[in-house]
Amino acid sequence: MVNQLNRPSPAGNGQPDARLLSDKRYKLIEAAMRRYGYQGHGLIEALHSAQEAFGYLDDFTLRHIARTLRLPPSKVFGVATFYNYFTLKPQGAHTCVVCMGTACYIKGAHEVLRAIEDAYGVKAGGTTADNQLSLLTARCFGSCALAPVLTLDGETIGKVLPETVADQIAQRLVSMEHAQP
Amino acid sequence: MNLEELNAIANNERLAQAQKRHHLHVCVGTACQALNSEQIAKALQAALKQQGRQNEAAVKCVGCPGLCSLGPLVEVVSRDDGAAPDGLARPRSLLYQFVKPEDADAIVTHLGGEPVKRLETPLDQPFFTRQLKIVLENCGRVDPERIEDYIAAGGYQALMKVLTEMTPQQVVDEITRSGLRGRGGAGFPTGLKWGTVAKADPNRYPTSVPEGIQSRKFVICNGDEGDPGAFMDRSVMEGDPHRVLEGMAIAGYAVGANYGFIYVRAEYPLAVKRLRTAIRQAQRAGLLGSNIGGTPFSFNVEIRLGAGAFVCGEETALIASIEGGRGLPRPRPPFPAEFGLWGCPTLINNVETLANVPPIILKGADWFASIGTEKSKGTKVFALTGQVKHTGLIEVPMGITLREIVFDIGGGMPEGKSFKAVQTGGPSGGCIPAEFLDMPVDYESLAKVGSIMGSGGMIVMDDSTDMVEVARFFMEFCMDESCGKCIPCRAGTVQIHRLLTKIQQGQATERDLQTLEELCDLVKHTSLCGLGQSAPNPVISTLKYFREEYLAKIKREASFSTNGKRVEEHV
Repeated sequence: MVNQLNRPSPAGNGQPDARLLSDKRYKLIEAAMRRYGYQGHGLIEALHSAQEAFGYLDDFTLRHIARTLRLPPSKVFGVATFYNYFTLKPQGAHTCVVCMGTACYIKGAHEVLRAIEDAYGVKAGGTTADNQLSLLTARCFGSCALAPVLTLDGETIGKVLPETVADQIAQRLVSMEHAQP
Repeated sequence: MNLEELNAIANNERLAQAQKRHHLHVCVGTACQALNSEQIAKALQAALKQQGRQNEAAVKCVGCPGLCSLGPLVEVVSRDDGAAPDGLARPRSLLYQFVKPEDADAIVTHLGGEPVKRLETPLDQPFFTRQLKIVLENCGRVDPERIEDYIAAGGYQALMKVLTEMTPQQVVDEITRSGLRGRGGAGFPTGLKWGTVAKADPNRYPTSVPEGIQSRKFVICNGDEGDPGAFMDRSVMEGDPHRVLEGMAIAGYAVGANYGFIYVRAEYPLAVKRLRTAIRQAQRAGLLGSNIGGTPFSFNVEIRLGAGAFVCGEETALIASIEGGRGLPRPRPPFPAEFGLWGCPTLINNVETLANVPPIILKGADWFASIGTEKSKGTKVFALTGQVKHTGLIEVPMGITLREIVFDIGGGMPEGKSFKAVQTGGPSGGCIPAEFLDMPVDYESLAKVGSIMGSGGMIVMDDSTDMVEVARFFMEFCMDESCGKCIPCRAGTVQIHRLLTKIQQGQATERDLQTLEELCDLVKHTSLCGLGQSAPNPVISTLKYFREEYLAKIKREASFSTNGKRVEEHV
């Protein structure tokens, strides 16, 4: 199989793109697409690997995937925006996801969300001005026994209370900073 | 691998396990893992080593035993040394709740002696005794990351049995006779579906199977558990992934498919990881792949990740998603059983349905048909959450009453609260009020009161719950998740949501209530797929049983202006 990263750049100038060759993360996306023989049915898997590598899907990456899989960019963009899991916006250094599933909702998830929004001055779906924290909501983590529940950088925190949740997040963020200087 | 080799693995594993007198089962399901249960497993290992009791006891990480609200849970299973009069060794179990890593020393010290009183929770409480576990029988007992443990518990015996002793038609007949119905919510008879796919001609429609996939029929396991408040499938995939694979392979043999897909939500990373491990182990052991069990039958399984679209739980949308596109449903017929993935006949079953298959094959259709009610056979797994004392995962025989589930198994409401309603079926279901608490839980009874079995979310609400708000919450969900392909669902859910918001704000009139009812009827009967057809259910059922709450929020006089002429309402 020809190395697809050497193909002409999505910029359309006929040259291999330096970004594709220098950024090692594109190799991960490449591997995902190769696993499905560069066929269109691997599109969602390719987008998953791209989001895992970059944290979000930018225009350049979407075009690169479209060209490699020989799909119209409109289809790739359509799929990337159809699914809630994919995001086209860059994320902050840390991500807090509040579960808004029914069980959490019954136990006051919206108050928890409001408390975090107020404490960090950010609306759900946004990122703080200092790029430290992205606040997102999710449909359901399936950890309903711990309701209301949120995740901070993938770590689940259950049975949170609106009164203490902001402090709890702040403490975790501080301890994370210490863990990785 | 053939049957003798399988039995050899099972015997070796059983012998190895019999060496130890005590087995410490630590739950590593998502809920307990979030409470650091892996640290507990490590601490227990360390304590065993420190006290020099490694030869006596072993630590095992297991799937969810169900009682998530008391987690992290540690179960100690000890072998009785034949003290019983008949001389048979019986296991003795103890369950410890809210365990912390610091408790490891005490637990190990007390092994074989008196239990640690401050941590013990009785195993004879109704939460456990009222349940009947078929699908979940291995959850909390086997290590989901070791195929040997599953084989020792009788795993893959059913697959060997169908491959060596039964024809595909006999397998389909057995499932049909068992009366198993789809556990994804609609309750379609599983045997009938299998029979249709088995008979379907793969050459009837033009197909477009990608290069590299050698099959003209497919089995899809639907693990896109999108209902908020439901986690049955997640627990099965996390706690007993091999059971799902075995069920898929048996289904593949019965319908003549050689390739299977498991469609899992990307929000379930632990389930994905355990399934990946399980597939690798099964392939290495020759229980998936070519010539399984020395027979000509080949079956491969691949995982496909969902990406957060509720509509992908609908079968045609799920197929579109596996094909790499947007998850848009299409009109049926043709049904996926004849025209499915890449145009091939495709069997789509829910995780729980497939997990029911191996025990039916091993114990027989008659055994399965003896459980449950006349039309709903077997058991159903529910995720019991909301305002009950014991939240968690339960499996009960069909026909049990809601009262038994909520008040016996669930332990009733927390102090000072009183029961108002139980919501089943998620955004597609309805709220069932207290007057129906003694109704048996089966597909028909739930449908009769305006709800559905659904995939098994069961959310208990207390008297402080605002039912209009609940309806609005679910409608907001359906509005966001509507794929936008058909107009009744795309526009109707938005309008219904707007009306509910208006009611909630005290701005609505009786006329709005009438419009709301008309719209619900319209969306229900004209939408393309199950999402739209069932989206009005939460509104219809709350309107039916809690109408006074709607009426209390409506300003009655506003529908007429001062001069008596009717004011046009704009929705």
